Amino acid sequence: MSRKISLLTTLLVLGLTPLAMAPEPPGDAGAKAESLRFFGASAMAAAIAIGVAALGCGIGQGMAVRGAVEGIARNPDSSGKVTVTMLIGLAMIESLSIYALVVSLILIYANPVGKMIQVFAGLAK
Amino acid sequence: MEHPILFLNILLGKLGLPVVGAEEAHTFLEQLLQPHVTHTWVVMAILLVLARLGAGSVKMVPGGGQNVFEVVVTGIEEFMIGITGEHGRFVFPLIATLALFILISNYMGMIPGFFAPTANINTTAACAIIVVVFTHVIGVKFHGVKYIKHFMGPVWWMTPLIMPIELIGHFARILSLSIRLFGNVFGEELVLGILFFLAGLYLAPLPMMFLGLFTGLIQAFIFALLSMMYFAGAMEHAH
Repeated sequence: MSRKISLLTTLLVLGLTPLAMAPEPPGDAGAKAESLRFFGASAMAAAIAIGVAALGCGIGQGMAVRGAVEGIARNPDSSGKVTVTMLIGLAMIESLSIYALVVSLILIYANPVGKMIQVFAGLAK
Repeated sequence: MEHPILFLNILLGKLGLPVVGAEEAHTFLEQLLQPHVTHTWVVMAILLVLARLGAGSVKMVPGGGQNVFEVVVTGIEEFMIGITGEHGRFVFPLIATLALFILISNYMGMIPGFFAPTANINTTAACAIIVVVFTHVIGVKFHGVKYIKHFMGPVWWMTPLIMPIELIGHFARILSLSIRLFGNVFGEELVLGILFFLAGLYLAPLPMMFLGLFTGLIQAFIFALLSMMYFAGAMEHAH
């Protein structure tokens, strides 16, 4: 039953795709829709980028904190030095997800291709 | 993007100077009056005043401002000597200046109505380029022509493979140093702005601002630490 439903859904989606991808009528409305679609894709890409970066960054930071806590539990006297080293390491790991944040900000606010696309679509000169 | 309300911009605008946003600045004067430039001048003024307070009248038995500054400066110097070794003491002024400048810049963004100069890629890129260029100056000064061995890898026949990788790595240092600082500070400011628009009436940005104080210190420290490590790497012998 479920297989039949999934097959049906796939066929439906496949059948609808040409409709969604159909070329817009030329003119102002089509250009606007094209530009909106471009912005939507950019926002989606930014969200995915920051999400994946946060995933990896979280795993890495978790491993770093685990190591530090295990070290402190084994030798409580070393907590000061371990904490400082861990904080430096955490800042280094976090900088990776900060790079992804910069990429997402560029995608949304300062997309280098955005202006070009707008000119191409006839929205800006 | 929207332009935030900055006290300094309003003041300069009242004085009759052409203050515009970063995107519309075309003439030289307008570019000189962009917020990150004017606030860099403010940071420099603060640092000069602090230095004057600390070292205006140096006494044998320190008191007040001199005491605080001796703790800060000797703390940075001892930490730096621990990483670069005794022969790297001459880079201390650069490291301490960068660390204090970045720290004050980061903290300036925490004051409402002021702008952090490090929340602009130009400021951080300038700092990073200074550091990376000075790394190579140190390398040539310490090793002369043999500095090229740093780029050639362990065995001679691997040179064509190692050389491009090393060169890309050295250019990536500029990118990573500048974007790490810029992204942290700018992201902080953006989060503060978004939280303020969402629930500024209920002091929603306040916890984030405490986090910002912490991040500002950590990032200034990281920048100084990485610069020290790059300098130490240029000073040691090729392996």
